[in-house]
Amino acid sequence: MSKERIGVYVCHCGSNIAGTVDVAEVSRWAGEALKDRGVVVSRDYKFMCSSLGQELIQKDIQEQGLTRVVVAACSPHLHEQTFRNACKEGGLNPYLCELVSIREQCSWIHPDKAVGTEKAKAIVSGGVEKVIWDEPLEPLRVPINPVTLVVGGGIAGIQAALEVANAGYPVIMVEREPSIGGHMAQFDKTFPTLDCAACILTPRMVEVGSHPNVKLFTYAEVTNVSGYVGNFQVTIKQKARSVDTDLCTGCGICQEKCPKKVIDPVFEAGLGYRKAVYTPFPQAVPKYPVIDRENCTYFLKGTCRACEKFCPTGAIDFTQEDEYFTVDVGQIILATGWDLFDARRIPQYGYGRLANVFTSLEFERLTNAAGPTGGKVVLRDGVTVPKSVAIIHCVGSRDKNYNPYCSAICCMQSLKFAHLVHERTGAEVYNFYIDMRTPAKGYEEFYQRVLEEGTHFIRGKVAEITDAARYPGEEGKLIVQAENTLVGKQMRVPVDMVILSAALEPRHDFKEVARLFGISCSEEGWLIERHPKLDPVATMTEGIYIAGCAQGPKDIPASVAQGAAAAARVVGKIQQKEITMEPIRASINQDKCSGCRICNNMCPFNAISFIEDRMVSEVNPALCQGCGTCVAACPAGAISGTVFSDQAILAQLDGLLLNNLKAIDLTPA
Amino acid sequence: MKYSYFPGCSLERNASAYHVSAMAIAEPLGMEFIEVDDWNCCGATEYISLNLTASYALIARNLAQASKETSTKQLVAPCSACYLNLKKCDAYMKESPSLEEKINTALAAGGLSYKGGTLKVRHLLDVVVNDIGYDAIAAKVTKPLKGLRVAPYYGCMIVRPKLGENGTFDNPEYPTTLDKLLKVLGATVIDFPLKAHCCGGHMTQISESTGFELIRRLIKGATDYKADLIVTLCPMCQLNLDAFQGAMNSHFNTSYHMPVLYFTQMIGLAFGMDAASLGIGTELVDARAALAKIGVEVPEAELVVKKPPKEALPMPSMPEEK
Amino acid sequence: MSTVSVSLTQEGSRKKSFLEEVIEHTPGDCRLSSCIQCGTCGGSCPSGQDMDHTPRAIFAMISAGLKKDVLKSNTPWFCVSCYYCMVRCPQSVHITDIMYTLKRLAIQEKMYDDSKAPDFSKTFIEWVENYGRAFELGLMSMHMIKHNPFGVFKMAGMGMGMISKGRMAFTPTRIKGMDSLKAILNKAKELEAMA
Ligand SMILES: Cc1cc2nc3c(=O)[nH]c(=O)nc-3n(C[C@H](O)[C@H](O)[C@H](O)COP(=O)(O)OP(=O)(O)OC[C@H]3O[C@@H](n4cnc5c(N)ncnc54)[C@H](O)[C@@H]3O)c2cc1C
Ligand code: SF4
Ligand code: SF4
Ligand code: SF4
Ligand code: SF4
Ligand code: SF4
Ligand code: SF4
Repeated sequence: MSKERIGVYVCHCGSNIAGTVDVAEVSRWAGEALKDRGVVVSRDYKFMCSSLGQELIQKDIQEQGLTRVVVAACSPHLHEQTFRNACKEGGLNPYLCELVSIREQCSWIHPDKAVGTEKAKAIVSGGVEKVIWDEPLEPLRVPINPVTLVVGGGIAGIQAALEVANAGYPVIMVEREPSIGGHMAQFDKTFPTLDCAACILTPRMVEVGSHPNVKLFTYAEVTNVSGYVGNFQVTIKQKARSVDTDLCTGCGICQEKCPKKVIDPVFEAGLGYRKAVYTPFPQAVPKYPVIDRENCTYFLKGTCRACEKFCPTGAIDFTQEDEYFTVDVGQIILATGWDLFDARRIPQYGYGRLANVFTSLEFERLTNAAGPTGGKVVLRDGVTVPKSVAIIHCVGSRDKNYNPYCSAICCMQSLKFAHLVHERTGAEVYNFYIDMRTPAKGYEEFYQRVLEEGTHFIRGKVAEITDAARYPGEEGKLIVQAENTLVGKQMRVPVDMVILSAALEPRHDFKEVARLFGISCSEEGWLIERHPKLDPVATMTEGIYIAGCAQGPKDIPASVAQGAAAAARVVGKIQQKEITMEPIRASINQDKCSGCRICNNMCPFNAISFIEDRMVSEVNPALCQGCGTCVAACPAGAISGTVFSDQAILAQLDGLLLNNLKAIDLTPA
Repeated sequence: MKYSYFPGCSLERNASAYHVSAMAIAEPLGMEFIEVDDWNCCGATEYISLNLTASYALIARNLAQASKETSTKQLVAPCSACYLNLKKCDAYMKESPSLEEKINTALAAGGLSYKGGTLKVRHLLDVVVNDIGYDAIAAKVTKPLKGLRVAPYYGCMIVRPKLGENGTFDNPEYPTTLDKLLKVLGATVIDFPLKAHCCGGHMTQISESTGFELIRRLIKGATDYKADLIVTLCPMCQLNLDAFQGAMNSHFNTSYHMPVLYFTQMIGLAFGMDAASLGIGTELVDARAALAKIGVEVPEAELVVKKPPKEALPMPSMPEEK
Repeated sequence: MSTVSVSLTQEGSRKKSFLEEVIEHTPGDCRLSSCIQCGTCGGSCPSGQDMDHTPRAIFAMISAGLKKDVLKSNTPWFCVSCYYCMVRCPQSVHITDIMYTLKRLAIQEKMYDDSKAPDFSKTFIEWVENYGRAFELGLMSMHMIKHNPFGVFKMAGMGMGMISKGRMAFTPTRIKGMDSLKAILNKAKELEAMA
């Protein structure tokens, strides 16, 4: 006989549970069969999570003197906190409450009511045995470092950094390229309003660059992260710029004089050139150039130094070396953005073989007034203005052979291109699409506008693009072959230029980034949010947030909104000054620990360290997330988790197997 | 290396040149072919349209026959249709135990059995480029095909569909193995955009105009690219492009002249072998002018009007014979 | 084309839809129900221009239950098994295999009006079933005489050419194990009929 006074509450969840579990019977059974185990109250109620349901518990705690509470309802994922708070309000330590799931693990998966009811009884019985072992706990509190790290200086990262900085807190921004700005800096116009990308982006970039609260590292990367929410230590690698930023005035003479021209695969998307010493574009922030050592003649052959000779301030420094900085930050926002799908993977579209097949990013550079053609839309020969252009939707998206997902922005981006081609060349434009996806504000209106401009819309995924003429009139053209599915006929459309609206893909190094920051990514490689609907900016790792396309394909407005949302979460946390953490932690019994170190590498949060002089392992409670991996792994049985000790788990199993109804004494000594 | 060899009906008859040339290059390349004992037709693309189980049983009989050979588990087919049929049957039998059981019930009626996955079904081109390798081939070239512009033509079934775990041995949209092989032989290889397009299979028999159109596209493509000849690896493709080229020309009122040879013949020529020994001269679209560019002399084809054997079935008489 | 009638479904007593029938008769997981009507197949098909309906349209018709229109159409017979559609389909639908299924169903239900294509398959197979090997050129000529006597003139040159180059046989070779092959095929047909 347990000395505890336990209350059991069985939830109907409308018909979610009551539909396949006889809740009244479960409650009656618990009251009778588990009476000897300490159950003094047992009730069922329509919605336990409602205020009335919670009050029921509170009232019983006060009136019946309950010392333990078991709620049989949905998954702890959803309402554990609700019921713990209810207990707290009622005057019971919140950790003396167990929520067992008879919905996800029972009513939703069993069609048979009799079976469901019996299983629910077993689950309740397990919960009762477990709760007997629960101990009163207090949440952990750690102070929070107000400095925030933002990784990635695209529009999402910029927005996040400015929000935090403007709230008065320090921000460190790390950007891999020589300048911030991300992909948006490559565009000329942005849909749906067609405002000039640079006009709206550069003021933000400048603000980041000059903000007293922002410390900016460009041409830099994060190489190590340790610590935990509120107290991360981050190592930043500053690649050697070969330019002394204290001396450089950004005059640009070095770039002008540098004799070494290289194709720029990043900013110009391979369609234009830069020098070996360069800033990616004139409005770059910061204004200081970098020397690309892989291409610089001096670094390759030991001679040249033209930049050094002409630099009026003597800022060129060939001897610089990579530097490593370690900084302490409290929270981290990841806004690393996207990569473009490599269209060469679809050979039948001819990219890389057929000169006048372009990718979307190449086309952005073609239309950009600061781009390689000064904004003139021309064929790859650099002079011929196309008379007909085909724009191909869904290239590498919505296709099981490449990426199954929809890239979300490319329908609108394709419509933008249709408009720009019309405006700049007057050419005939053919958009080949499967479905037209224009769901955001002002987007459908933009589609209307492009329709009115006379764009030809052909519903059909393109089968192939070829230069092999089959019929007269096709010679010398690119022929786009597709089925016009609305007519049910195969078509061959000869055009001068083809633009492939390629998919947005996760950054190529997503695995490395996820590992570095201890967060997870989806099968495709997008960083995973804590909850797809209710918590789209947090991650499962406390203190690490995500924003922009790193989380999934999205447009600029959504990236900005997400950046701002992540910042709001960060600022909210900073203002609390300290962070409360679940006290559910593992601890190692040092007398039992044999020093085998097996647990050390098992912990996904790097929470276990080895104390050399005592030859035992130790858990850092602030890092431990209570996952239980080490508890199961320890061969000496030295590790135990609060709330999930071996005894508690075994007791719960006994309860599930209804051993507790037999005459064995299971009560804690 | 030893291989079981499945010639297929075409190589026995209309594509004997392919067979002859494959045999001719086997020795210098160190390949030993053991013909599958008493093999039967693979059903081409026709049988499966009529009866699913019977079509697989027909193919599986060959697999069963071939798996009796103990010295090798590699089964080579030079014909793309046979290759795909054998490969597909083997893959589906391995994938689906119920199909495997059904087919084996049928095979048992003829005293045979086959377990999916026992053999590795390969196309002759795959074996030549991947087992023998470009280097070994290059080492044997004595008369490089210098100055000859060739259009490499793969057709469909050698690269499509992607089947089983290993998929295909070359890209289904833009294969390159034959291109590389011909380069190794010294030829000028054009980047032929239609290289994996369809020759039409049996389409000429079902809709003449459709079939001819498919042939026209390929012949026109190779002509536009100024190829001297098309190099193929499938008897069906050769038949369509070569034997039907004349009929296609009269259908469209065109006058294309595009010879079509087998890759095995090209290897043989580069190895310095005699054109006649490679079956060159049996093509209907004369390849002499093209081959003269590389100094190959093709003997005048001797007229071989054989007397029909006793058991022969009646032939429809051709109007011109009267 | 007939109007689409959707029979109200009553639990337990619903007739198998045509879509389900086609899926059932296709080996493996053909994924036909995942078709998103993108038209990649119709765009890729080399004989698409001469088909009554593109493969994509055929799939829409199948899911609309237009069995008669589907089985009467020339589409499956015009498929040359190039497999382009299959490697390109974004939903990995086994299009070519489905074309074979439609041919079988059309023959079973005696639906396809123009007997030319089914006849070709049948004649081809008759040789195989009696000799174990095919005899395509003989077959082509016979087929032609039956279905397109005038076309024979056009082909005559080719026939002569093939004979003179020794590429045309007068009879297929008969394999040794003909009895065993016949037994296998008969058993297989029995099994197919059972399914
Ligand atoms: C062709 C095209 C046209 C488009 N046009 C429009 C439009 O007109 N309107 C619109 O609303 N949307 C448009 N979009 C969508 C738009 O590009 C995205 O919404 C936007 O770029 C998302 O911004 P981001 O900050 O999340 O990512 P990004 O712009 O990709 O920025 C990410 C930044 O992080 C940096 N970074 C990456 N990894 C690391 C790392 N490990 N360490 C440090 N730094 C790193 C990158 O260098 C980059 O600067 C278009 C997209 C395409 C493909
Ligand atoms: S020339 Fe000197 S000062 Fe001017 S941008 Fe180059 S490094 Fe800076
Ligand atoms: S030293 Fe290098 S960066 Fe400087 S001018 Fe020469 S090539 Fe350009
Ligand atoms: S947004 Fe449009 S073009 Fe892009 S993947 Fe989705 S449907 Fe295709
Ligand atoms: S419980 Fe999990 S997080 Fe905590 S120390 Fe053990 S393995 Fe690490
Ligand atoms: S390609 Fe595939 S998804 Fe597209 S219409 Fe054809 S079968 Fe359907
Ligand atoms: S396999 Fe058949 S249906 Fe598919 S593209 Fe080729 S001919 Fe058309």
